[in-house]
Amino acid sequence: MLKITNVETFYGKIQALRGVDLDVNDGEIVSLIGSNGAGKSTLLMTISGVNKARRGNIVFNGKNIENKDPHKIVDMGICQVPEGRRIFSRLTVEENLRLGAHANEKGKHFENDIKEVYDLFPVLSDRKTQRGGTLSGGEQQMLAIGRALMSKPKVLLLDEPSLGIAPKLVNQIFVSIKNINKEKNVTIFLVEQNAKKALELADRAYVLVNGKVTIKGPGQELLKNKDIQAAYLEGGAKN
Amino acid sequence: MEKKDIIQSFKDSLFTGLIALALFGPIVGLRTVSKGEGLFITPQWGVVFLLVGLCILGRFLININSARRKEFKIFSTLSSKFSSITEDKAKHFAITGILFAVVFPFLPFTDRYFMDVAIMILTYIMLGWGLNIVVGLAGLLDLGYVAFYAVGAYSYALIATTFGWSFWICLPLAGVFAAFFGILLGFPVLRLRGDYLAIVTLGFGEIIRIILINWYEVTNGPDGITGIPRPSFFGLPFKRSPDEGETSFHLFFNLEYSTMHRIIFLYYLILVLALITNYFTLKIRKLPVGRAWEALREDEIACKSLGVNPTNTKLTAFAIGAMFGGFAGSFFATRQAFISPESFTFIESAIIVAIVVLGGMGSQTGVVLASIFLIGITEMFRDLEQFRMIAFGGAMVLIMVFKPKGILANRKPTILMHGDKK
Repeated sequence: MLKITNVETFYGKIQALRGVDLDVNDGEIVSLIGSNGAGKSTLLMTISGVNKARRGNIVFNGKNIENKDPHKIVDMGICQVPEGRRIFSRLTVEENLRLGAHANEKGKHFENDIKEVYDLFPVLSDRKTQRGGTLSGGEQQMLAIGRALMSKPKVLLLDEPSLGIAPKLVNQIFVSIKNINKEKNVTIFLVEQNAKKALELADRAYVLVNGKVTIKGPGQELLKNKDIQAAYLEGGAKN
Repeated sequence: MEKKDIIQSFKDSLFTGLIALALFGPIVGLRTVSKGEGLFITPQWGVVFLLVGLCILGRFLININSARRKEFKIFSTLSSKFSSITEDKAKHFAITGILFAVVFPFLPFTDRYFMDVAIMILTYIMLGWGLNIVVGLAGLLDLGYVAFYAVGAYSYALIATTFGWSFWICLPLAGVFAAFFGILLGFPVLRLRGDYLAIVTLGFGEIIRIILINWYEVTNGPDGITGIPRPSFFGLPFKRSPDEGETSFHLFFNLEYSTMHRIIFLYYLILVLALITNYFTLKIRKLPVGRAWEALREDEIACKSLGVNPTNTKLTAFAIGAMFGGFAGSFFATRQAFISPESFTFIESAIIVAIVVLGGMGSQTGVVLASIFLIGITEMFRDLEQFRMIAFGGAMVLIMVFKPKGILANRKPTILMHGDKK
């Protein structure tokens, strides 16, 4: 479904991705783990077109997307939940959700779509008219995910959904991600520092080190991998 | 309060005194007097010492007060008065304001002078509302807004004097021209934000003014364009003795001739234009493009990741903001019947930006209050002559001290729950 071959991305002269190969199949949950600065967010930004790849190919459903503008990529069915949530803090919850539907805001499915998001995250329904900035971190993350779902994506790119969120809410959000995948049939590509959670959830997973994929395999298998345990699990994120 | 604090604030106020001395010394202390064949300098050190003393004393008192962590009583009462103006009350204010504006020309105390000031305030309200689309909604700080005002005015003047078309044809054309210039400015600044954007827009405003001065063949340079047709009342001119075959306004309605007819017509014209601008802005905020503007102001990366096309969004904001500036420019040209580059200097841009910022970015009612306040104050203090601008600056400082986010800082949501009164 989504196939990334030999992608290299630069920030000026600094190379962030050094030839990444990775693929995501229809209906999967794929996790990408790695430490700070490994290039995880850069890879997501490159897929969604906010950053451009200097070399390599990104193919989505048989079409090359590495040179497309971000809004075209969203139209094709890839939507990103950016790192740090990036809620429109002065707009209300419902206005935020409406913006998520911007790509196909024709009004036809809107009422139905927004109801689905409210069913998934009932707390958002209670806070419709509240400003995005007044929500808690966890609620903002739910809003960010809901906002991205409003564009009816085939693939949802999630960038660190556990960042700065209370552990209890992290569990809830990971359950929701699983639901989105199973019930709404949305393919998930998840980038996380919380390696344990990400690997438990994933069908398959990749490890990114210094802009390169070093290890890949089924999530459960990587959980048992000695190197990964030493580098990312023990002493690292405990929940 | 501890002794240490007093010594500290005393030192600080002495330092303030030094700065004051450096400033007032040459400015006030050395007075030039022209006597016979030249200028002579008469020192007036007494005044300087008085001013410096006042500065030291004032600073010392402020320091002591802030050390006690108590504001001046007058400060807190004033600022609480201001904060009681909420968006909720703003709605009632808006309705009474419009009603008042409609009956204003017929109130007993309204004379020619009041009407002129009112027309000027309404022009600035319209410009403020137009700029509010760019600055308040889309968050693009435009310091060259006067350029579109100028383009509108010159387009109107040139079309009307060359082809002799009526106001109602020239007005939309001028708007289209201004919108085109909005897009022209928009393209090079697509990737810029914040300070950098402000600098480029500032330069754009100056470029337009300099072109107007130097493109003599078309714009008549610094001499400006004269004899711009006055607007007519849907074909009925406001003339004492109409040309042959024409009927003028006062004859048609069987009224005594008065110059006030034209002024009152202009007043209603700008009132309607301004209200259209406001209505348009309020409506467009609820449409996808308006929401995209606001989202762009909040977070550009989030916008991109959600499929909002930032290029189109920014260009429409510039174009539509510019269009309303162009309408206001047309009105200005037809009211004055004479325009020159003199009317479109940077200070105009600065005043319009000040109106938007002081009003509270994005607040429509705030723009009205700020226009009345700023334009009204400069008019009220006309007697102060050269100190007028000091009063203007002082007023701005006071607003920023008491209401740092503008007079009406709260953004009103576009979506409300049923029965939700907020």
